[in-house]
Amino acid sequence: MTLPSIIDLLKWLETTPLAAFVSQSPWGFPAMLTLHLVAVAVVAGMIAVVDLRLLGLASTNTAVTDLCREALPWTWGAFLVSALTGVVLFAAQPVKYFENHAFRMKLLLMVLAGINMLAFHFIIYRRVAAWDRNTAVPLAGKLAGGISLLAWIAVVAYGRWTAYFML
Amino acid sequence: MGELVQWLSGLPLSLAIRRISWVIPLMQTLHILATGMILSSVIMVDLRIWGLSRSQTLVQSAHRFVPWIWSAMVLMLVTGVLLIIAAPRRTLLDSTFQVKMLLMALAIVATLAFQVALRRNHGRQDGRSAGWIAGFIAAATLILWIAVTVAGRGRWIGNMIPHWARYL
Repeated sequence: MTLPSIIDLLKWLETTPLAAFVSQSPWGFPAMLTLHLVAVAVVAGMIAVVDLRLLGLASTNTAVTDLCREALPWTWGAFLVSALTGVVLFAAQPVKYFENHAFRMKLLLMVLAGINMLAFHFIIYRRVAAWDRNTAVPLAGKLAGGISLLAWIAVVAYGRWTAYFML
Repeated sequence: MGELVQWLSGLPLSLAIRRISWVIPLMQTLHILATGMILSSVIMVDLRIWGLSRSQTLVQSAHRFVPWIWSAMVLMLVTGVLLIIAAPRRTLLDSTFQVKMLLMALAIVATLAFQVALRRNHGRQDGRSAGWIAGFIAAATLILWIAVTVAGRGRWIGNMIPHWARYL
């Protein structure tokens, strides 16, 4: 897809009824932003709980499988809320967000965090039985936890900086 | 409040923070991360109290997460005070700032009650939930901390209240 056609698509997105409502109503955008902020804070915090366990820095007496089973469904719930509100916020000003460098970095880091999560889930986590409890997490698992922790901190930071790059 | 805003914005620290463009967004980022630490820690203990997670005892769960709640609160206080010093007009004169401070006081009281409820359940080593009083305090603590977060970004709520309702 060439650049002009992406811009055309974004301009069309802006005219959809939901996007028009959010950008024109006096409280639509800030209300979505507030919900987005709460959900993102929960996502980052909950993921950090698991990351710190992988790094061996906290919850070391909890089995990795138990922690994942108990914490991750709620993390996904919060992620769903943040993704939906994020899409609505984007739709309200799609061209501005598309051209915002902090926002691009935020998306790029989310892709990185996603790839890291897939690698963890489908490769590293398959052998979890060997290091589930009372054993140090192997280097690959620690690395995945560290990457995830840093990536989500950076996602929050670039999300905040996005507001300062909106022109 | 107007004099306080004047005095704060004239402080050398306030001027210094405003002169460096990245300090305010950095403080805001740390403030949000601290919010995430509090909310996720409260959620993790709540799940245990409500019996939705059972791998740990209440004691273990409280030991793991309660210190994080208080550490995050310190981080939140430091970044919050610096943000007020840097931009007193935008923070102190915000329409929901006083509501936020009131909710924060309530959230801290609820967090203390939450700890008392946890201590009452210290003897409980089984996987059951912690009783309805502890369950209620757990829910109240979470809702209050979410409300504090919402009030922190809540200028729009003030705008939603119709003009005539403000005189009731």
